[in-house]
Amino acid sequence: MIRAEKLTYDYERLDEEGNVESKKRAVDHVDLHIRPGKFIAILGHNGSGKSTLAKHINAILTPTEGTLWVDGMDTKEEDKLWDIRQDAGMVFQNPDNQIIGTIVEEDVGFGPENLGVPTDEIWRRVEESLDAVGMLKYRHHSPNKLSGGQKQRVAIAGVMAMHPRCIVLDEPTAMLDPVGRKSVIRTAQKLNREEGITIILITHYMEEVVEADHVFVMDEGKVVMQGNPKEIFSQVEALKKLRLDVPQATLLAYELQKRGLPLPDGILSIEELVDELCQLKSKM
Amino acid sequence: MIRDITLGQYYPAKSTIHQLDPRVKLVTTVVFIISLFIAKGILGYAIATVFLAMVIRMSKVPFGYMTKGLKAILMILMLTVIFNLFLIDGDIVLWRFGFLRITDKGLRTAVFMAIRLIYLILGSSIMTLTTTPNDLTDGLEKLLGPLKKLHVPVHEIAMMMSIALRFIPILLEETDKIMKAQIARGADFETGNLIQKAKAMVPLLVPLFISAFRRANDLAMAMEARCYHGGDGRTKMKPLHYEHRDRVAYVVVWGYFLVMAVSAWAVSFYGIMML
Repeated sequence: MIRAEKLTYDYERLDEEGNVESKKRAVDHVDLHIRPGKFIAILGHNGSGKSTLAKHINAILTPTEGTLWVDGMDTKEEDKLWDIRQDAGMVFQNPDNQIIGTIVEEDVGFGPENLGVPTDEIWRRVEESLDAVGMLKYRHHSPNKLSGGQKQRVAIAGVMAMHPRCIVLDEPTAMLDPVGRKSVIRTAQKLNREEGITIILITHYMEEVVEADHVFVMDEGKVVMQGNPKEIFSQVEALKKLRLDVPQATLLAYELQKRGLPLPDGILSIEELVDELCQLKSKM
Repeated sequence: MIRDITLGQYYPAKSTIHQLDPRVKLVTTVVFIISLFIAKGILGYAIATVFLAMVIRMSKVPFGYMTKGLKAILMILMLTVIFNLFLIDGDIVLWRFGFLRITDKGLRTAVFMAIRLIYLILGSSIMTLTTTPNDLTDGLEKLLGPLKKLHVPVHEIAMMMSIALRFIPILLEETDKIMKAQIARGADFETGNLIQKAKAMVPLLVPLFISAFRRANDLAMAMEARCYHGGDGRTKMKPLHYEHRDRVAYVVVWGYFLVMAVSAWAVSFYGIMML
C-alpha cells in the first residue's frame, strides 16, 4: 500500500535573495512498508519528523531524496497527484483550519465535488460517511458550534467521502479534550475494522497506539524502533530516552518488575496488569 | 461585543426565504439596495418598509438577532444623522442655538438617511443570514459566469468570498480572545483619544494577522489534501436550478421595484406627499 525507500526531506531556510541559507533534515533515510488494511501508528516527540513524513504520504511534500509509493504511484509524478490524494486522505491537527464548508454536510461534500463526482453520488457518499463517523444527526449544523472531537470526526468524514484506501491522521487529537480524543480514536479504529481502511495515526499519546497493528517510533528524522505495541512498550528505558511516555499500566508493571515481581514484559492495559497480578497472587 | 456583528453569519431555519435560490436572493438584495436610493418621500420608504417587513417575517430569523448587526454601524449612523441634521440648509429653521440650527430639509434628509442605512444593513443581513456562504458563492459564481469569457477569475473570487465568510466568526472569536489576553496584562483599549486608541490596537492586530496567515496556510494545505484544484472539473453537491418559488420571487421582486420606480417618478413629477 505505502512503501518508502530512503525517504529524505530537508527544510530549507532561504535568505532574502532566495539563496539557501541553511538546511534542516526533517526526515532522514526512512524505509517503510505498510500493508493494506492495517492500523499503523507513528510515534515521536515534537520535531521528530513524524508530521513531515505524514505530509509525504499525501504528496503535500515530495522527498528531497528517495522515493515514496502510494499504491504503486510515485508521489513525484505530477500527473498522479490527484489520484494519490484521493487514495490517501489526510486529517490535520487543527479542526478549525481544515473545515471549508459552513454546514457540516457541505464540508463533507467538498472532497467529492473536487473529484468531479456526480451530484446524486455526492449525496450518497456524504450520508454514508457522516453515518460512519456517527455525525449524521449534525449534518445541518454549523461546524463552529461543534466540539473539537466532533469537528475532527467531520473532518474524517470529509476524507471518507473521497473513498480513500488509506487515511493519514496527523496528530488529530493534539488539540482535543480526553473525551474528544477517545471518540476520534474509536472512529478511526471502527473505520479500520469495518471498512478495511488503512489507518496511519501520527501521535505522541501512547494510549492511542496500544491497539495498533504496527508501531513506528521516530526520532530526529529516523525510524528508531518498530514492531507491535507489545514489543515497543517492553522497552521502557529506550522509550524514556526518546522522551516518550509509556502507558501508565506499562510503567507500573515495569517498576514492579524492577522491584523483583516476576511480571511479563509488554503489559499494555490496566486489565492485563490486574490479570497478571491476580495470577501472581494465586501462585504465592 | 465585536461578536455582535451578524453580517456573514448563517442562521439555520426552514423558511421560504432560506429555500430560495441564492441567485434570487443576490439579485433581490441588489435590487433592494438600488430601490432604496431611488426612493423618494414617505411613500417610497413606506413601500420599502412593507417589502422589508414582509421578507423578514418570511425568513423566520428573529428580529432581535438581525438588529444585532446594527450596533456595528451605530457610530456611522450617528455621524451621518448629526452632519445631515446640522449642516443642510433649508427654508424653515426649526431650532437654533448659536451657530447650530436645524432646518426642515436637514431633518428630513437626516431621518431618511438613517432609515436608508438601517435598511441597507438589514437587507444585506437577511441575505447572509438565510443563505449558507457556499450557496452564496455558488449563486455568485453562476450569476457572474458570463464574465469568465473576459478572463475574470469568477470561481476563485467566489471561493475567496466563501472562505472569508466562513472565517469571520472564527477570527472574531480570536480577536476577543487576544483582547482579553492583552487586557489581562494591562492593555487599555477603552480610554484615551483617537490616536491613543488606534495605537492600542497594534498589539491586537499583529497577533491577529499572524494567526490569520497561519490559518490560511493550514486551510490551503487541507484544501489541497482534499484534491482542490480550482474550478475546472468540479461538480456541485447542490447544483442550482430555478424552481417555481424562485420564479414567483422574481416576479414579486421586480414588481416591487416597478412600484418603487413609479412612486418615485410620481412623487418627483407631481410633488405629492413630498414631505
